[in-house]
Amino acid sequence: MHPAYSVIFFTTATGAGYGLLALLCLAAAFGLVPPDFWLGFVGLGLALALVSAGLLSSTGHLGRPERAWRAFSQWRTSWLSREGVASVLTYVPAGLFGIGWVFFGQTQGWLAAAGVLAAIGAAVTVCTTAMIYASLKPIGEWANPYTLPGYLIFSAMTGTVLLDALLAAFGLGSRWLAAAALVLTLAGWVFKEAVWRRNDRLDMPATVNSATGLAGGTVRSVEWPHTEKNYLLKEMGFRVARKHAERLRNLVRLAAFAVPALLLAVVLAAPPVPALVAALLATIVQLAGMLVERWLFFAQARHTVTLYYGTN
Amino acid sequence: MTSLPAATDKALGLVIDLDTCVGCHACVTSCKQWNTGGHMAPLTDLDPYGGDVDGVWFNRVHTYEHTTDAGSRTVHFPRSCLHCAEPACVTVCPTGASYKRTSDGIVLVDYDKCIGCKLCSWACPYGAREFDVDAGTMKKCTLCVDRIYNDNLAEEDRVPACVATCPTGARHFGDLGDPDAAVSELVAERGGVELMPELGYKPTNRYLPPRSGSGRRADAKAARPLEDATPQGGFLGWVDRMLSR
Repeated sequence: MHPAYSVIFFTTATGAGYGLLALLCLAAAFGLVPPDFWLGFVGLGLALALVSAGLLSSTGHLGRPERAWRAFSQWRTSWLSREGVASVLTYVPAGLFGIGWVFFGQTQGWLAAAGVLAAIGAAVTVCTTAMIYASLKPIGEWANPYTLPGYLIFSAMTGTVLLDALLAAFGLGSRWLAAAALVLTLAGWVFKEAVWRRNDRLDMPATVNSATGLAGGTVRSVEWPHTEKNYLLKEMGFRVARKHAERLRNLVRLAAFAVPALLLAVVLAAPPVPALVAALLATIVQLAGMLVERWLFFAQARHTVTLYYGTN
Repeated sequence: MTSLPAATDKALGLVIDLDTCVGCHACVTSCKQWNTGGHMAPLTDLDPYGGDVDGVWFNRVHTYEHTTDAGSRTVHFPRSCLHCAEPACVTVCPTGASYKRTSDGIVLVDYDKCIGCKLCSWACPYGAREFDVDAGTMKKCTLCVDRIYNDNLAEEDRVPACVATCPTGARHFGDLGDPDAAVSELVAERGGVELMPELGYKPTNRYLPPRSGSGRRADAKAARPLEDATPQGGFLGWVDRMLSR
């Protein structure tokens, strides 16, 4: 599938943003972090900025972005519509919680309930994003039980690493949080390796025989219907990244998992100032690595329409 | 609404005979000609006279070599929207622009509502939908909805443009939901198949596989040699000698 930059940025930024939003809201609602003005302003601001930038960027690949409001109407059947609705609804408790925290220094009582609701909304939105891809049957790499947990794990992972850096910056760094970020980063690595191994052995969900109705034997494409690339080949037949797939995977292994894990180990062992530098670096390197991971998520997904063009 | 109708009154669709299709692309051109002025108009062409041609087509003809134990044969394969009974392209649509008609089962796009998110084209395993970069909306086969009910046309012309134009009669149009319809009988008689049935989209269109043939082949025979260019004797020999002087 064609990896549109807007969608890569969207899924990575909202994943991290919703992860941070959920964790920060829960931490504040349960009194684990103080209702400090600057922590709330910067933390919730960063989370909502990541989410909003991602959502805005997702309208970048629309042919008619001025009609985007119509996408809230078909939540009965469409995961994309559900994502739109869930993302907008999440702003309500998140906004209330943010106002209570930043302007009134309050995160308890009914505001705590709003915080928990915002965290639930964030998790639900990430699930709806994953389901957009998991519900596309022509793409075997996506339509499987691993897509949903993948999006949740990576959202939790990037969100925790972000929260760890944020709290360290406010002198509230905790070894438990750094350890959780390290464990999630390693868990994300193991999960991604397992998904890659599975996808490498995956057959297309259909065959060229069933696609053409020509039973038995071999079916070889002799001539395409057109001489130049068409929409289908540009959108569904993307092959550039597959050529470099192994190198890009190594880049993901390093940037998204190995280097952040090492930096988080430094956070655990080092005194506060080097620990803060390491925590910030871990966040930046990991988000860059996740952009490459998301690029591969799209570029390595094979669509059944390519069967018609003789590319198995 | 992108919720699918529980049942449709009719299941209009095409039956395409892979045995008689000669791959002439007449259906492709006829489709383009009608539809670039029809319901989904225009079928935009980008850079049509340049080196990087691109454009929207509802119907594309592939050519394959099908090799089995019985030998190999060339098969021309027209590919267009199959007007599925379970079209995921409709249910994934976030705006309600895509819909399946309850009256006849035709899958259409309301391009006043389409936001051009392209998700429907990802959801279609058959590549039936093509994005119009110029209009910013998705386009697809309408089963010539503006022909088949068109009282201004002669009755025999109230069929999709591709069917009307096919010079070998390889394309048939009718109600595949009616077991007594001519198309349904044709499917039953020739063992018509669904494409990618394993994905569960329940396509309406059917493809008739190429006939197996008798299995007999004519004996191989060498071509006769050309006549001798330098005739010996006779009238032609005399002419040849005279002219060669």
